[in-house]
Amino acid sequence: MEFLVASSIGLLTTCGTYLLLRGRTFPVVVGLALLSYAVNVFLFAMGRLTINMPPILREGVTEYTDPLPQALVLTAIVISFGMTALIVVLSIRTFLEIGNDHVDGRPVGAPSEAGDKN
Amino acid sequence: MSLTLIVLLPFIGAVLPAIMIRAGRNACATATGSVTLLALILLMAKAPAVIAGEVFQVSYSWLPELGLNVTFFLDGLGLLFATLILGIGLLIIIYARFYLSKDDPMGRFYVFLLLFQGAMVGIVLSDNILLLLIFWELTSLSSFLLIGYWKHLPEGRQGARMALAVTGAGGLAMIAGMLILGDIVGSYDLTVILQNAGLIQASPMYLPALILILLGCFTKSAQFPFHFWLPHAMAAPTPVSAYLHSATMVKAGIFLMARMWPVLSGTPEWFYIVATAGLVTMVLGAWIAIFKHDLKGLLAYSTVSHLGLVTMLLGFGTPMAAVAGVFHIINHATFKAALFMTAGIIDHETGTRDIRRFGGLLNLMPIAGTIGIITAASMAGIIPLNGFISKEMMLEEAWHTMWLDQNWVVPLLATVGALFSVAYSFRFIFHVWLGKPRDENLPHHPHDPPFGMWAPPALLTVLVVLIGLFPAAIAGPLVAATAGAVIGGELPEYHLSLWHGLTPALGMSVIAIIGGSLLLMRHGGLMSATANLSRPDAKAMFDCGMAKAVALSRLVSDNLHNGSLQRYLAITIIGSIGIGLSGFYAQPDFQSGTRELLEVSPPAAIGWLLLVVTCIASVFMHHNRLLTLLLVGVVGLIVSLGFIYLSAPDLALTQISVEVVTVILMLLALNILPKETPKESLPGRKMRDGIVSIAAGLGVGGAIWAIMTRDLPNTISSYHLANSKTEGGGTNVVNVILVDFRGFDTFGEIIVLGIAALSIFALIETVTQGEAAKRLANWVVSNRRSADRHPMMMVVATRVMLPLSLMVGVYIFLRGHNEPGGGFIAGLVVSVALVMQYMASGFGWTQNRMKVNYHGMIGLGVIAAAITGVSAWVAGLPFLTSGFVHVHLPIVGEFELASAMGFDLGVFLTVVGAVMLALAKLSQVERMAEHVEINTEPMDHDPSLSAAPAATPGKEA
Repeated sequence: MEFLVASSIGLLTTCGTYLLLRGRTFPVVVGLALLSYAVNVFLFAMGRLTINMPPILREGVTEYTDPLPQALVLTAIVISFGMTALIVVLSIRTFLEIGNDHVDGRPVGAPSEAGDKN
Repeated sequence: MSLTLIVLLPFIGAVLPAIMIRAGRNACATATGSVTLLALILLMAKAPAVIAGEVFQVSYSWLPELGLNVTFFLDGLGLLFATLILGIGLLIIIYARFYLSKDDPMGRFYVFLLLFQGAMVGIVLSDNILLLLIFWELTSLSSFLLIGYWKHLPEGRQGARMALAVTGAGGLAMIAGMLILGDIVGSYDLTVILQNAGLIQASPMYLPALILILLGCFTKSAQFPFHFWLPHAMAAPTPVSAYLHSATMVKAGIFLMARMWPVLSGTPEWFYIVATAGLVTMVLGAWIAIFKHDLKGLLAYSTVSHLGLVTMLLGFGTPMAAVAGVFHIINHATFKAALFMTAGIIDHETGTRDIRRFGGLLNLMPIAGTIGIITAASMAGIIPLNGFISKEMMLEEAWHTMWLDQNWVVPLLATVGALFSVAYSFRFIFHVWLGKPRDENLPHHPHDPPFGMWAPPALLTVLVVLIGLFPAAIAGPLVAATAGAVIGGELPEYHLSLWHGLTPALGMSVIAIIGGSLLLMRHGGLMSATANLSRPDAKAMFDCGMAKAVALSRLVSDNLHNGSLQRYLAITIIGSIGIGLSGFYAQPDFQSGTRELLEVSPPAAIGWLLLVVTCIASVFMHHNRLLTLLLVGVVGLIVSLGFIYLSAPDLALTQISVEVVTVILMLLALNILPKETPKESLPGRKMRDGIVSIAAGLGVGGAIWAIMTRDLPNTISSYHLANSKTEGGGTNVVNVILVDFRGFDTFGEIIVLGIAALSIFALIETVTQGEAAKRLANWVVSNRRSADRHPMMMVVATRVMLPLSLMVGVYIFLRGHNEPGGGFIAGLVVSVALVMQYMASGFGWTQNRMKVNYHGMIGLGVIAAAITGVSAWVAGLPFLTSGFVHVHLPIVGEFELASAMGFDLGVFLTVVGAVMLALAKLSQVERMAEHVEINTEPMDHDPSLSAAPAATPGKEA
């Protein structure tokens, strides 16, 4: 199980990073979303993996999973939604202002930098 | 206490002129003057005790770990400078009231002046050198504002910039020097540092510290080769020149040299750097002053020269020279401030400052003329004025000083300096006040100024004469107290008086006066003889240096910061990988841990496979944006399932509801943005990004593998588990952590969420302006639309579901403290329910029925959370301490009511407000782009209105 989680985190990071390095806003937003998954699961996994031990106190149960990473990740999920919404709106606004969705924000027709043509 | 008040009064009082200017210029000046007067009275109340030898001290802890404390102390030296700053400050305030014209914003002037005054008083009273540095920088900043006060004049702005650049750079050097000094001694308190002369001078870091501190002093006090900024700062209004450039700011460097005198002086390094710089400055400044046609230019270079004189005296390093230096500081402040004010009067009354156009002004302005002649004579060092006495003392000291084993160098140059000084002072007297008028067509017809303008310099002139006649009686105690503080030990035998008999100094004085007079007689010839000499223009050199520095920084920042997000991200990611790798190589025994691993169940394996496929597909198919979005949705779903499987029900609920909202958000965005990503990456770039991404993935995956295969050390979580029920009153430990144990974190997080939503609001609200508005107005709806935009089935279904889903939201909220749920999840669920209404029945229709102000909701949420937190104070507990009661209700049974619920309600409101505000604003752009009217009917075809014709599709949104 640990291997599955670790490899998933690695894969999410790889895909997220690759999309983050693209030249258009939408892939960057998607890349950021994938990276958020990776980071959230990473933080969650810091509390180690457990099955059937939710941190809900019950009579007679003594073993629980680590609740702290869960609490931190919970707010992180909500905050990353806020950040995603913000950069989505930023990219829409940029698109409307300059007429294209390139991340470098160059107006249409402006010479693009040599070597950064993606 | 009152010591702190003396420093704080000008700062606190600085708001007064800004307010009082509404009541008129007199009220403004009176308010400003009262502030300074009050501070001066407080100071004077302590003066007798200080002169008697007492030292006042006051100390508050600020950042004791850094050695930074707010400590002030008042000894003789501090008293002298604080008196000069506040006393002359008061005179300047009165003078400026009459000097500034009606068009000048007087309130602002007095605000800057008081800020400056506070900073100066802070410098001279600070006991902590770090605190002193703060005030030091404050004087640089506030003097920048004062010099550039006439911001419409380019000279004013340039002069202000130059002054800031030079004194600011010196200040930076001084910070380094002071830190070294503090490091040597082990304390940043001046009183401690001053006790450790031996330790400091024996340290190998003595010379670097000395040079760095002197850089600060020399730049501030305009010592050669940093003297060039002072004349350019003369573009300031004359009250500023009189205040900053005669009595106070330029003396800050001198003050610091005097303050540090006991520990830094007495070494050959100190002597050769300080005395030489002072000597050169004195002679050079006086020489240039002879040729200045601008009245203030002449006075500026004369100030440079006199500062050089004091610096030289301090540089000699003998107690007697220090006494002479202190005495000259007092004398120079009195006559030079008066001279500057006189120059201001001439400028004010005649409209020009060009000496070549003056002559015989004494007849036209008898009062100002008398003041000007007496003070200029003191500057020349004519008996029986105060300038004479301190100059005699200086020459006497110079006579005894050897420079590189030569006994003639210092006396000769000192005499030459005095000779030049006599020449420019006499020029000020003879070419301005005496003789015949040279220009009948002055811009204004000069006459004496109003009382308020001549009274301040007149008062100083009285002092000039009185100190000259009765030096021991008037200035003696102050000089003794100050010199005692500077020397930090026994005072030498000295005698302040006009007549010391036939001494070498008297001979040098006579030579200077005769030589200076002769030089002035030949002034015309001298002017033409030197006119063709090429002399370095400091301003051109400074401008050239600045231009080069700007070009260099532009080169660096243009290359590092070229505006390409791709480059920044690549650098950041590659940098992070590099840091990770370096750690990896530092500890190369990378091994898996020995923790017992969990079994892989078939559902988990299927989920993992699905995640791998969708993830990879989302990268390879990312040009098709809609498809990518769906794939990412699948990834989110699997992550939620994973959370359920791995004992995190709260996370699963949160993730899945966020997922819904995010997909709606992205779909809305995709409606505006292009539907395809163009294929434009070159293969090389793809390869590079691929390698970087794989490296990042391997690093992160490897790190978490290493962590997960090792046992969890004992963490704070066991405390949370143990105390969740007893302290927080809830069994859902995650929720208790959120609203109780780490409530302050959550409080900050909902504020961040609210700010993000408000930023979105601001970004969309302004979309109706500029380029964006034009594009929206010309928007062509390209993609095919559904003919039935508000399908009946969906409208009815969502309508039925709304109360149910709201009920679910309330249920999740209420049970959140004990079972999975809580404010975050409930907020998201309710948001989804509301968004469904918007989607089904259209924005307009829904908005008309849901008159909720989402901004208000965000604010309300934050306030609710804050009130819950603050209410703990009522019980005398820290912020956000939670309390709970057991409530017993029939039927429902016993349950706990925790105050944390109020906090969770705040979370809930903020989440709903933020999500709804973001989505509502985004949909507003869509409606603007599609040029459709707001729909008033809930569905396009309403069967209950079968008699009415079907609405035309596409007219509503």
